[in-house]
Amino acid sequence: MSGIVSGMGCGVLVIAEQRQGAWNKMSFEAVAAGLELAKMLGVSCSAAVYGSSIAPLAAELAARKLDKVYRVEHELLAEYTADGAVIALEQAIRQAAPDCIVFPHTYQVRDFAPALATRFGQALISDAIAIRLDAESAGPIFVRQLLQGKLNADYRPAAPPSSGTPCFISVQAGAFSAASIESGQAEVVSVDITLTASQIRNRPGERFRESAQTVDLSVAPLIVSVGRGIKEQENIAIVQELADALGAELAASRPICDNGWLPMERQVGSSGQTVAPKLYLAVGISGAIQHLVGMKGAKTVIAINKDENAPIFEIADYGVVGDLFEVVPALTKAIQAAKA
Amino acid sequence: MKIIAAIKQVPERDAQIALAPSGQWLDEDDLAYTINEPDAYALEEALQLKEKNGGEVIVVCLGPERVASTLREALAKGADRAIHVEFDELATLDTLAVARMLADAIKPESPDLILTGLQSDDLGLGQTGVVLAELLGIPHATIIMQVERTSTGLRVKRELEDGWFQHVDMPLPALLTIQSGGNKLRYATLMGIKKAKSKQTVAVTPADPAAPAILLDKVYLPSKQKRTEILKGSPTDVAAQIVEKLKFEVRAL
Repeated sequence: MSGIVSGMGCGVLVIAEQRQGAWNKMSFEAVAAGLELAKMLGVSCSAAVYGSSIAPLAAELAARKLDKVYRVEHELLAEYTADGAVIALEQAIRQAAPDCIVFPHTYQVRDFAPALATRFGQALISDAIAIRLDAESAGPIFVRQLLQGKLNADYRPAAPPSSGTPCFISVQAGAFSAASIESGQAEVVSVDITLTASQIRNRPGERFRESAQTVDLSVAPLIVSVGRGIKEQENIAIVQELADALGAELAASRPICDNGWLPMERQVGSSGQTVAPKLYLAVGISGAIQHLVGMKGAKTVIAINKDENAPIFEIADYGVVGDLFEVVPALTKAIQAAKA
Repeated sequence: MKIIAAIKQVPERDAQIALAPSGQWLDEDDLAYTINEPDAYALEEALQLKEKNGGEVIVVCLGPERVASTLREALAKGADRAIHVEFDELATLDTLAVARMLADAIKPESPDLILTGLQSDDLGLGQTGVVLAELLGIPHATIIMQVERTSTGLRVKRELEDGWFQHVDMPLPALLTIQSGGNKLRYATLMGIKKAKSKQTVAVTPADPAAPAILLDKVYLPSKQKRTEILKGSPTDVAAQIVEKLKFEVRAL
């Protein structure tokens, strides 16, 4: 256990996410970010898990190198609601009195964390990709992406993080590695929550999937994917021809499926499928983070895009800066010739 | 139903961007602006709900003089009137201050429903809607694909991760953040553009903002983490180079 204590509070508090007893795997990336931040600030790091029937998860969390694990348990937290999460976690945070609160940037966190921060008079620094210490102020700086990854921005809390002015951040999927977390023995603390059914205004229904997926892109070894750069629905044919020549599955970024140009089941990204093919050939895809999280596990990425500053060139192995309407047909022809 | 569509004006996606000399934001001089895409879907949903259930759609936008063009376009698409919350120094505001200004402008309208995009294309903080709901004390739901009026309020289809969805029933008044792609966006018609000229835009001046809780120190081009090897030459040349990589590295051919 850490011997460092910051005032009366618990230093950094990571809010882990689970659903019906199963972790959201980004929770441990948030723990890794929390530990990194705590080390930087010279404070201890604790974590909280909220829900119903979460004793096994709290115990699992307590086997990490954390100071304390707060078990925020209430039967009304069995099914997620923003009201339940905000009311319960406000109480947990007031009890733990952390300087910084770290969340994984999940859909659920996006749904409630901004309201939670508001209750403390704070603004959440969302979707951070890196943390560093500012030499001048000795305070933390959080790096975020702007304009779909075209720019980075340094954000910092206006006041030094303290239990009176806590700093709220959420961290991007894949930005911190859960593999670095050391094991340990943390004390589990139960937090008593006051929460009544009448405080919960929304009634969530069962989770469902749209229709049985007929295309499983996650097992496709070769994927050719098309994005906004294709401009018109009829132009998709040239990318389909490329995919056919290569024997690859055709996939797309969100705007293409939003427009109805390809079925939703061919969408790759945070709201679509996650893929890890041998080859991901991105055509006219700029590489917004919501897309990148769905395909960055690809072994080789080749990107064709007219904008040399497109974020897809951050993660591509090979890039062609040029007009896809010239490059794609030439490539289709070359592949057909090579296969003949 | 009285519906507010809270929209933001952002740099166009294809805009060539240059950093301001201060290093704290973009050089705005020659920047082209448009409606934030998810906000365009929020406006579309508002217009469709009005067409189905009757009522009024009011568009609200915070920003300097330039945002008037985005409000005019929303009026041309069918919004009934507009509120322009006039504030020049957007870069000095954090989400909380933005939401407070919007809340102050919206509150006197007592709307049944507030719709806004799930996040902005420029800052991408994805919080204004949720904070606005919290400040107004109304329930919210985020990343919404469909909205349906029920006898007790609303039933919405919420997008979850990995292709999952969920219906949520909620009372009114409420706030929803709208995901792109739920509806097909309409264009302004000539008639709409003509009609917009007679529609009312009210300008309001917000109260001075409180000191921000978070600060944007500086913006900069990201340093490349991975070295992308750029293949150069004519389309035929680069095609031949890619085929080499596909043969010997990816072993796809």
